[in-house]
Amino acid sequence: MIEVKNIKKSFDGVEILKGISTTFEKGKTSLVIGQSGSGKTVFLKSLLGLFTPEEGSIFFDGKEYEKLSTAEKRHLRTEMGMVFQGSALFDSMTVSENVMFPLRMFTNQSVSEMQDRVDFVLKRVNLVDAHHKFPAETSGGMQKRVAIARAIVMNPKYLFCDEPNSGLDPKTAIVIDNLIQEITDEYNITTVINTHDMNSVMEIGEKIVFLKDGYKAWEGTNKEIFKTNNESVSDFVYSSDLFKKVRQVYLRELEG
Amino acid sequence: MIYLENIGRYFLMLKSVFSKMTKWSMLRNLIFKEIDDLIVGSMGIVCFISFFVGGVVAIQTALNISNPLIPKYLVGFATRQSVILEFAPTFISIIMAGKVGSFITSSIGTMRVTEQIDALEVMGVNSLNYLVFPKIVALSLYPFVITIAMFLGIIGGWLASIYGGFSTSADFVQGLQIDFIPFHVTYAFVKTFVFSFILATIPSFYGYYMKGGALEVGKASTTSFVWTSVVIILINYIITQLLLT
Repeated sequence: MIEVKNIKKSFDGVEILKGISTTFEKGKTSLVIGQSGSGKTVFLKSLLGLFTPEEGSIFFDGKEYEKLSTAEKRHLRTEMGMVFQGSALFDSMTVSENVMFPLRMFTNQSVSEMQDRVDFVLKRVNLVDAHHKFPAETSGGMQKRVAIARAIVMNPKYLFCDEPNSGLDPKTAIVIDNLIQEITDEYNITTVINTHDMNSVMEIGEKIVFLKDGYKAWEGTNKEIFKTNNESVSDFVYSSDLFKKVRQVYLRELEG
Repeated sequence: MIYLENIGRYFLMLKSVFSKMTKWSMLRNLIFKEIDDLIVGSMGIVCFISFFVGGVVAIQTALNISNPLIPKYLVGFATRQSVILEFAPTFISIIMAGKVGSFITSSIGTMRVTEQIDALEVMGVNSLNYLVFPKIVALSLYPFVITIAMFLGIIGGWLASIYGGFSTSADFVQGLQIDFIPFHVTYAFVKTFVFSFILATIPSFYGYYMKGGALEVGKASTTSFVWTSVVIILINYIITQLLLT
């Protein structure tokens, strides 16, 4: 479980996060949504320890991140998996080497043990023929799956995804969403996803945190988001006619 | 103020480069890769430039000797002194600042833009040690490149002198041997070793701390070349003042 208490972060005097508190539970897929510039990426990078908040605390299973020693922080990092928006695969390594990287760096496994683990996770993300390809030779969807495989290869306790569906076609986006949801359930990990994709919100948002101008404007589940009276959330989520109609149909069904 | 800030950040970067070392089995592979990219990959251009610039130095010297009282062996002497003292260590380092420096800045800068450095940090890897330390180790072989540059520069001068009819082989070789001070070679290698560290770290600094996109990677490469060259010229002056005066 990740507990965030009143975190604030500024850059060059401009306050990006203005005191956000929330909780991300184990075994659940939590989504952070909001307009561009609302502070989602800064929030996610603060959770990852890439940015240090000026105020507030982040607790990982009860342990406050800032109070951990360097060695403990390093250990905690090995329990985190991250899927970056652009996948962030190492260009000079093959798919197999990319996935094996954390194992080579942090374990003393033999080559065959590492290869078995790589084969297992690549199979888990439905990539069986891409071992020897370089990232540049694979499609955007394949790169995302490799990034997920690399993120889960160390059996992380926490999985973070920054816009995992950006640049993907709707069908591939659903495949990626389902994959993240399945992995979260299967390994009972705490998953936090930054997204703009309303389909993800409706499908896998077991918890949704809506950020606006650096504040947490709303939080709830994908069921509650249909019924909310919060104007900020409604304006953002139901900005398209299609989603407005979907909402009306859903609410009519509930009333009926 | 920005210059002072950058100098401070540069030294803090160096501190991080030498802390929390990457696993040796990983580091070893990275060092071999960097040797291939930075040292072996530069040999062609260094050999080509050294040979022909050595030739030009010899021809220029010969053409400027009009007084019959000046001995012919001066062509070999001047070529040796120019190549060993300045051309090989300093001129080649400026060229390397363009070739190797731009490569380092753009490769690390691209990793920054594409969040590969963030990915390393999230995994708990000391990205500065992982990226910069192997380059420092690989470039410690740079004096080997300069040795070849010295050798080829002198060979180029020798061949240009003989086949251009500016000097005889015997005169040229006599010039190479006359008044030879072994400490000049030591001085050249001290400079080269310091330059190798500058060549590895300043371009890495500009790549690692760059912000923005593809355009900024290009700008960072240019800035890195300018500052690497400026620092090499300044350090060259300081070392010369310290060791030769």
